[in-house]
Amino acid sequence: MDINFLDFEQPIAELEAKIDELRYVSDDNEININDEISRLQGKSEELTASIFADLTAWQISRLSRHPQRPYTLDYIQHIFTDFEELHGDRHFADDAALVGGLARLRGIPVMVMGHQKGRDTKEKILRNFGMPRPEGYRKALRLMHMAENFNLPVLAFIDTPGAYPGVDAEERGQSEAIAKNLFEMMKLKTPILCTVIGEGGSGGALAIGVGDQVNMLQYSTYSVISPEGCASILWKSADKAPEAAEALNMTAPRLQELGLIEEVIPEPLGGAHRNSEAMAQILGDALEKHLKSLQSTPLDTLLEKRYQRFMQLGQVND
Amino acid sequence: MSWFEKLIPARIRTDAKTRRSVPEGIWSKCPMCQAVLYRAELERTQNVCPKCNHHMRISGRQRLEHFLDADKREELNANLTAVDKLKFKDSKRYKERLSIAQKNTGEKDALITIQGEVLGVPLIAAAFEFGYMGGSMGAVVGEKFVRAANIAMQHKIPLVCFSASGGARMQESLFSLMQMAKTSAVLTKMQEQKLPFISVLTDPTMGGVSASFAMLGDINIAEPNALIGFAGPRVIEQTVRETLPEGFQRSEFLLSHGAVDQIISRQEMRQKIAGLLAMMMGCEAPPQEEILQPHKNDPDAENPEH
Repeated sequence: MDINFLDFEQPIAELEAKIDELRYVSDDNEININDEISRLQGKSEELTASIFADLTAWQISRLSRHPQRPYTLDYIQHIFTDFEELHGDRHFADDAALVGGLARLRGIPVMVMGHQKGRDTKEKILRNFGMPRPEGYRKALRLMHMAENFNLPVLAFIDTPGAYPGVDAEERGQSEAIAKNLFEMMKLKTPILCTVIGEGGSGGALAIGVGDQVNMLQYSTYSVISPEGCASILWKSADKAPEAAEALNMTAPRLQELGLIEEVIPEPLGGAHRNSEAMAQILGDALEKHLKSLQSTPLDTLLEKRYQRFMQLGQVND
Repeated sequence: MSWFEKLIPARIRTDAKTRRSVPEGIWSKCPMCQAVLYRAELERTQNVCPKCNHHMRISGRQRLEHFLDADKREELNANLTAVDKLKFKDSKRYKERLSIAQKNTGEKDALITIQGEVLGVPLIAAAFEFGYMGGSMGAVVGEKFVRAANIAMQHKIPLVCFSASGGARMQESLFSLMQMAKTSAVLTKMQEQKLPFISVLTDPTMGGVSASFAMLGDINIAEPNALIGFAGPRVIEQTVRETLPEGFQRSEFLLSHGAVDQIISRQEMRQKIAGLLAMMMGCEAPPQEEILQPHKNDPDAENPEH
């Protein structure tokens, strides 16, 4: 069992392990087994394609939180140049669970920000598992206002289990911090382009998710509550998470069908974590394309459209 | 039956089952001080315990009944109902949960909006019905809130909302989350038009409702001892693995941490809000109304020097 692979990815892991072994052997020996390696590689790709062709919502939910999945800073490093991280909310602290700063996207100066999770235990704790406290949201808002002032578009990457549910977060007004962002983002006089890159967890995600366009990576999720949380409340058992994941309609293609997001950005075969460079290339292209179209829209039209985008969400019987 | 009970003649023997069946609806018990209270008296005090001043939960409709002036009331969008777009089903169908909630509360959804006056100050008042699926916010709540704000803007009058909600309605998934953005969005227009929005946070106001319009009042008011916060106390306890301090996430905690402007008792709500709104709208002060004091029968509470 390879811990870098999820259970349904294990057959791929086994095949990949075999290929690695053969490579090791072929380095040592004169015998040419390249044919065998490429045959196995073809097989591995086929296997991946067949497994990934029919994923359940629960499997996708777990992919969106895959330990190997690229995080905000990975994308910033691969897609952007001249990144200058800007720290702190100017009131209380710097929240490492939400990062942001100035950067260039293929030459265009932008304000980029996003939730940041950690890789190893130490970093996970530093990043608080990607769960911001109020100071994180206040830092994000400060950077957005700066972006507005200097006519820079805002690019937000969403990847969080949710806003941090802790005593200190409540003391410093977690609710107010989130609410304030929803309010201010709605009237921010500069384009806002949001992308869900992993886990779109409830209010903590929405707090940097009010934009002119909201796009999602193919295997990311966006939901009002985690499948586990939903299952334990409505089914009274966290074991029902797979059912809850299905019922919540949290996958990117489904949310696009429902008109809740604009575009699904395709991931490389086997998911973003199997080829993060290819993913960065695809994401970079998408960001550049959408950003140019948003920047060419007059500001008044943009703001009116942003307002209407949210007004029309949610059907009722009159 | 014990040997002792057998000794009692049958005609004075009381069956345990019949003994317990006190007629319902006449008496009520205060969950805070355990005082047994006369239901009619409670209705008069707006569900505030006359003994300990504990603010018990009150239905949305009853609240507005007490809050608004008796005449010139008009309910807005009373017939909006939910659409089960996702055909959501957990242990029960969402449709089923909706009809049970409708039957239990007599409301079509969790928010009631009424245009009217408070001490002659015209306004629109909204109140959550907590009994309707925990006052959860779905598309109907969001839409009714937005429409109420739009009508307020048409008439250039303020908006007051009494929140009592567990948060977003899970059965509407991401649509319910988006109501947070939608309700907050309409408040940006209220602000542009310089019309006041007063948010009254009552027990309980949590999750998606507290993290959106409920914290965005020009003035945020809390009722005494209401539970108000983002994450529920149980979730926090599980995360931090320690018991929470006494009074955590209660109105007094919010006031001392700077999240709300004032704590106002239910009896004073009409007078205070009418007074605040009249100042914000630049109108003359509304007339003084006699306020029902909870400790009227207790001379010591009135005059502590006694």
